[in-house]
Amino acid sequence: MVNKKQPVDFEALLSTIDAAFPMVQILDKDGKVVNKDIMPDLSDDQLVELMEKMVWSRILHERSMALARQGRLGFYAPTAGQEASQLASHYAFVKEDVLLPGYRDIPQLIQHGLPVSKAFLWSRGHSVGNEYPADLNAVPPQIIIGAQIIQAMGVGVGLKIRGKQNVAFTYTGDGGSSQGDFYEGLNYAGAYKAPVVFFVQNNGYAISTPRHKQTAATTLAQKAVAAGIPGVQVDGMDALAVYAVTKQAREWALAGNGPVLIETITSRFGPHSTSGDDPTRYRDKDSFDYWEQRDPLIRFRNFLTEKGLWSEEKENELIEKTKEDIKASVKEADQAPKQKVSDFLKNMYETPTQVIAEQIATFEAKESK
Amino acid sequence: MAQKTMIEAITEALDQEMERDQDILIFGEDVGKNGGVFRATAGLQEKYGEVRVSDTPLAESGIGGLAIGLAFQGFRPVPEIQFIGFLFEVLDSIVGQAARTRYRMSSTRTMPITIRMPFGGGVHTPEMHSDNLEGLITQSPGIKVVVPSNPYDAKGLLIASIRDNDPVVFIEHMKLYRSFRDEVPEESYTIPLGKAAITREGTDVSVITYGAMVREAIKAAAELEKEGISVEIVDLRTISPLDIETIIDSVEKTGRVVVVQEAQRQAGVGAMVMSEISERAILSLQAPIGRVAAPDTVFPFGLAESAWLPNATDIADKVRDTYNF
Repeated sequence: MVNKKQPVDFEALLSTIDAAFPMVQILDKDGKVVNKDIMPDLSDDQLVELMEKMVWSRILHERSMALARQGRLGFYAPTAGQEASQLASHYAFVKEDVLLPGYRDIPQLIQHGLPVSKAFLWSRGHSVGNEYPADLNAVPPQIIIGAQIIQAMGVGVGLKIRGKQNVAFTYTGDGGSSQGDFYEGLNYAGAYKAPVVFFVQNNGYAISTPRHKQTAATTLAQKAVAAGIPGVQVDGMDALAVYAVTKQAREWALAGNGPVLIETITSRFGPHSTSGDDPTRYRDKDSFDYWEQRDPLIRFRNFLTEKGLWSEEKENELIEKTKEDIKASVKEADQAPKQKVSDFLKNMYETPTQVIAEQIATFEAKESK
Repeated sequence: MAQKTMIEAITEALDQEMERDQDILIFGEDVGKNGGVFRATAGLQEKYGEVRVSDTPLAESGIGGLAIGLAFQGFRPVPEIQFIGFLFEVLDSIVGQAARTRYRMSSTRTMPITIRMPFGGGVHTPEMHSDNLEGLITQSPGIKVVVPSNPYDAKGLLIASIRDNDPVVFIEHMKLYRSFRDEVPEESYTIPLGKAAITREGTDVSVITYGAMVREAIKAAAELEKEGISVEIVDLRTISPLDIETIIDSVEKTGRVVVVQEAQRQAGVGAMVMSEISERAILSLQAPIGRVAAPDTVFPFGLAESAWLPNATDIADKVRDTYNF
């Protein structure tokens, strides 16, 4: 028997795909510029502003953890480690762009206009936390992993039909990229050429399940290939790389080319959530050490300090101010009125049904006692 | 006035609403060039273009996400799910997301979406197409479920559903699509949601039903009339929310009730109707409430449908039992 040539070289096929998704980086872990050519066009003030947002987010995280420990927050998904992935991506959008966050994306939601006090109320489980003013172009954090992906696609189609110069943008994690809705969202957005930027914040773990158990794919960015849209992997601990890639993706989408998928390689330094998750059960110390050396704040702080734009004094001032602001927001959240079942009943339909009207009367009688 | 089938009445309703309101968008599998597998959207893409009437990729959850995203952008989406059997693929969008948006956001955002889907037995579809899944949706507050039983109602109820500011699941019985014609006015009109119709007035027994079973009830009533039993038929038209007032008025008038549904017996719309009657009008009853429903199996294979589906004979038998109690 002569060895017949195989019709397809599968190994070559796979390595060609993998090779097409290198990780974009501008700053290395010490803050040295390694890719000057793609340095984003940000003024000194903007660079400082971006750092301020990242420091603000870290403090918000630390205060949230403390509040959760004191029983003064409800559900909270820690964000430390993901500041570049979250804040530097958000920095590339404008207020009229529409944000569909996952539950870990509270910092972007606040940056987009949600008052901190409402974010706290959402966490506590209070309806006021989801009362959004008409000009807040966002929806509440999505809990059903993947639902925000298909809805962002729908918002994008709507923006396109309206002829607006804006995009929808949405976030999920590495686990979210396994959901059917993830594929449907990307595929539809490609088919409709909808202006959407999809983020997968790959922090290595879906609660406890490591990234390698989610898929045989080498990168999550390459999942864009099947939808016929661009996918890119970016160093999610590098604020400048995240910003530069996001800005390019937004412009691409606005030019009528359709959506882009961005995978940020990042890490969460803490548990999945404050609801009893112990990450030491599924992550060893080396993993924490490795990622803490790649802290996005260290990297960007070094870069800015080198340029003479940042100092310890400046950072400490900002930290103190942020803590005061958060304290005021907690106070404000504490003022929220007691929730009433009669109000919930009134928010089921525009006009209450007969049975709901009866229930409103019953609950109003109870509530007035 | 023209005689129209239910599918023609539906197409006319969609057309007139599309004409009236630029924010109405139709989309789904094969709804564009093909006009839908039942032709409900025939001619609409040609008339309103590919942006307002679009063929989606073959993925129902995506249809749900598209509808919700568009509603967030101020549109009034009217998507089609090709068959109710594919409801499970889009259930999160309908029940998990759209139905709870008004509550979740304290009415600062709403979901004026009308999701159309054909359902119901008697047309020998392949399995997993026709199931009576309406009960799954009626279990959830925040969404309305409308089931027309004739062409006239289909037009008026669909227009009302589209104009409603809450999400509506509008389910269309496949057997009714082309089985008979009705007088349907050319002009646009609405029939209020949540209001039942007295299809036939009677004094002895109230038959409370919806969808294709209304036709069976009419046949049964004609037969029973010959025997001297006067049947009143209440067509629910909207199964969530229920028109409790009309139900109770009829029960108080006749004192006897038979509740009829095409769906399996367990935990259905019929059970809800019976419990409302029990709570509100039990002292008006002269006999236990009768129930006609399909047996508690999976929706049957096509050739077994006629043995499984409730029909006029079942209804007449149950009415006699109740009358003679």
